[in-house]
Amino acid sequence: MSEYVLEMRDISKQFPGVKALDHAQLRLRPGAVHALMGENGAGKSSLMKCMFGIYKMDEGQIFIDGEPVEIRDPLEARAKGIAMVHQELQPIPARTIGENIFLGRYPLKKLLGFIPIVDHKKMYEDTAALLKRVRMDFDPKQQLGTLSVSHMQSVEIAKAVAGNCRVLILDEPTSSLTQNEVDALFRIIEDLKKENVAIVYISHKMDEILRISDEVTIMRDGQYIGTWDAKDLTTDFIITKMVGRELTNLYPPRENVPGEVVFEVEDFTSINPRSFRHVSFNVRKGEILGVAGLVGAQRTELMEGLFGIRSHTSGTIRYRGKELKINRPKDAIDQGIAMLTEDRRGSGIMGVLSVADNISVASLNKYVDFGIVLNAKKINNLVEENRKKMNIKTPSGKTLIKLLSGGNQQKVLVGRWLANNPDVLILDEPTRGIDVGAKYEIYCIIADLAKEGKSIIMISSELGELIGMSDRVMVMCDGRVTGFIDGKDANQENVMALATQFE
Amino acid sequence: MEKTKSGIGQKSWQYVKSNPIVVMLVIAAIIVGFTKDNFFSWSNFGNLMSNTAVRFLIALGVSGCLITKGTDLSAGRQVGLAACLAGILVQRANYAGRLTSLPEMNMFLVLGIVVVVGAIIGLLNGAIISYLKVPPFITTLGTQTIVYGICLVITDAQPIGGFQQGYIDLVTSKLGNTSGFHLPLLLFVALVFGAYFWFLYNKTRHGKYMYAIGGNEIAAEVSGVNTGKTLMLIYTTAGIMYAIAGWILAAKSGGASTSMGMGYELEAIASCTIGGVSTTGGIGKVSGVLIGVLVFELLKIVLQFLGVNPYYNYIVQGLVIVVAVALDLRKYLAKK
Repeated sequence: MSEYVLEMRDISKQFPGVKALDHAQLRLRPGAVHALMGENGAGKSSLMKCMFGIYKMDEGQIFIDGEPVEIRDPLEARAKGIAMVHQELQPIPARTIGENIFLGRYPLKKLLGFIPIVDHKKMYEDTAALLKRVRMDFDPKQQLGTLSVSHMQSVEIAKAVAGNCRVLILDEPTSSLTQNEVDALFRIIEDLKKENVAIVYISHKMDEILRISDEVTIMRDGQYIGTWDAKDLTTDFIITKMVGRELTNLYPPRENVPGEVVFEVEDFTSINPRSFRHVSFNVRKGEILGVAGLVGAQRTELMEGLFGIRSHTSGTIRYRGKELKINRPKDAIDQGIAMLTEDRRGSGIMGVLSVADNISVASLNKYVDFGIVLNAKKINNLVEENRKKMNIKTPSGKTLIKLLSGGNQQKVLVGRWLANNPDVLILDEPTRGIDVGAKYEIYCIIADLAKEGKSIIMISSELGELIGMSDRVMVMCDGRVTGFIDGKDANQENVMALATQFE
Repeated sequence: MEKTKSGIGQKSWQYVKSNPIVVMLVIAAIIVGFTKDNFFSWSNFGNLMSNTAVRFLIALGVSGCLITKGTDLSAGRQVGLAACLAGILVQRANYAGRLTSLPEMNMFLVLGIVVVVGAIIGLLNGAIISYLKVPPFITTLGTQTIVYGICLVITDAQPIGGFQQGYIDLVTSKLGNTSGFHLPLLLFVALVFGAYFWFLYNKTRHGKYMYAIGGNEIAAEVSGVNTGKTLMLIYTTAGIMYAIAGWILAAKSGGASTSMGMGYELEAIASCTIGGVSTTGGIGKVSGVLIGVLVFELLKIVLQFLGVNPYYNYIVQGLVIVVAVALDLRKYLAKK
């Protein structure tokens, strides 16, 4: 018997124009957490899709318990004990927890001895047992949509490990979780380890990787770089291997000098009583104000409220003493505010459109001749300017934005907003899902903007980045502002203390 | 293997691969053309041109709705209403079966009236979709029925004839030798509107906003696009196009009835899809719409020349619609 529960040898996969996988390797031991790391586009997801039977590999072989196997589709993968929790959860919020877990494989019983019907009693009993396995004590009949994101994820894990699960793939499981929720997830992972499940853990977060994993495999450009014991690794070493070069600084040096207060928010309250309320804060010219909080602290909701995406009942917004009336995004844009939204795919990019169309959509009024005709040359200048300034890697302005990497998409979106030359920039999770190299570039852009005198409000769930980038940190908890900390004094402990100050 | 081909060769191969229906139908037309007499004749050509022209106007109207991930099921009935309304208003004063007691109207005044009516219906569609947030499918299904009802009321379900001769002559006029080479006037009308829509879609803010809404409506809204206004404008423009098409159709047929335009919305949607307007939103070109309509009309003529029972036409056309949409969706599925 092999020491590996699953082994992938020399896997290659070619797409038109790109070699997604080039002799990639992966060896999983039972009862161990195996981190799979690499920049976006390094081939992690492609490799997992080959294992899960979503992609058909061109070359290579998968072994389970040392025996060569063929996995043609996800159904076969599941039958062989491989389960996957996707980066983006795809639950059906309107149905119960039990129905979500047993979707597609409802336990049946026979009515009158021959009519197959769903055995609800068994389904909910089994669900209760599964929930216990992932340390949740919810009613299996509760509607899934009433759960928090992290609990929904636990439900997904419960669903994945139902049955005979031997390999569990977790793709960016913590991207929308708070620290407490991450800890809860790690406890579930520890339990699964004891049950001898091999876990593939894909994440960009170094501290998590070093904390939870036993082994680390690093990939770059579809190739296998190596596998190491996690205890021998350092963050610097991993980054060097991932990007293939030395990264000396995590955050750029900042030369911005915060000036006078320009943007003021007073007593801002949502129409939803459970959302943000009585929020007051201000931002200075050339200042980066970080906004910290747990998921559910209503940070995004607050910013969307300021930007006119959500409604508010009371409160005033002032820029340089002048009150702003904002009822929809267009009002905010017209008055010099820009907002990079959290969900890049959901409310940022227009995937099927070109880079040029995406970058110009918020500022088209500037490129009009004779009051009606759009000037293609002016739009092209905008693309070229941004491409140079932000090092956007795209073959041309005509390339569809969905073909770019997450980091480059994000730069295009930043360009979209800068085209309007805003005074106040709201950045909601600007580096989410972006690889290490591109992250640094985004930080540099943010630092430059502050230096130019723009006021920046940045929401981030990565405390390191928030502390590393902010002049001041505003902390929210449960819809309220619980305090401000100077950037120099901010640390994990004092931010978390304010973030957990529940009433 | 594709690298060895020249740029144009590769491009055409790409086109063949992504538009199998267009290629198949063109091949079918060529085969039929060489096996049946009269297929390649000027009169057949002229027929194809003027039929295509009317359908093209309707398809242009629908294309904007489709690009924004919407649809317009009221298109056909709006064409019918415009045809009937135009028919009633443009009747000769001395015609015995006249439905109004109004004085005889100039046909262009009539065109103006039907356009205004079309615009109002379109505006209503747009307003319901963007402000009441009723899905386009349901909204236009509702207005489809309403419009048909109005049409029945104003005509009392009677066929309408007795048009001013000048109206019929104008719409069916041809440039060139009627028995030999000629180009129908409608061809030029279609080209003018095609050019206008190309300009609208590619060179104006409205066009860019339309594609942006189709690409990601929430992102468009967040980027400051007035999505409500844009959608209203799209549906209103569509209503105007149906009205113009209806006005033309009545004269072209020399009469109007309530059944006129029935099912045209599906033909228009199918033509757009065949021409590469994606039902997933944000994608579609005016040139594609033209090709789609042309191919669909070609299909009808081919069936006619093959002597297929007209009742079977519906079955064939329905199949083409489903296959076209299935192939379109496959393009995007395959890339996932």
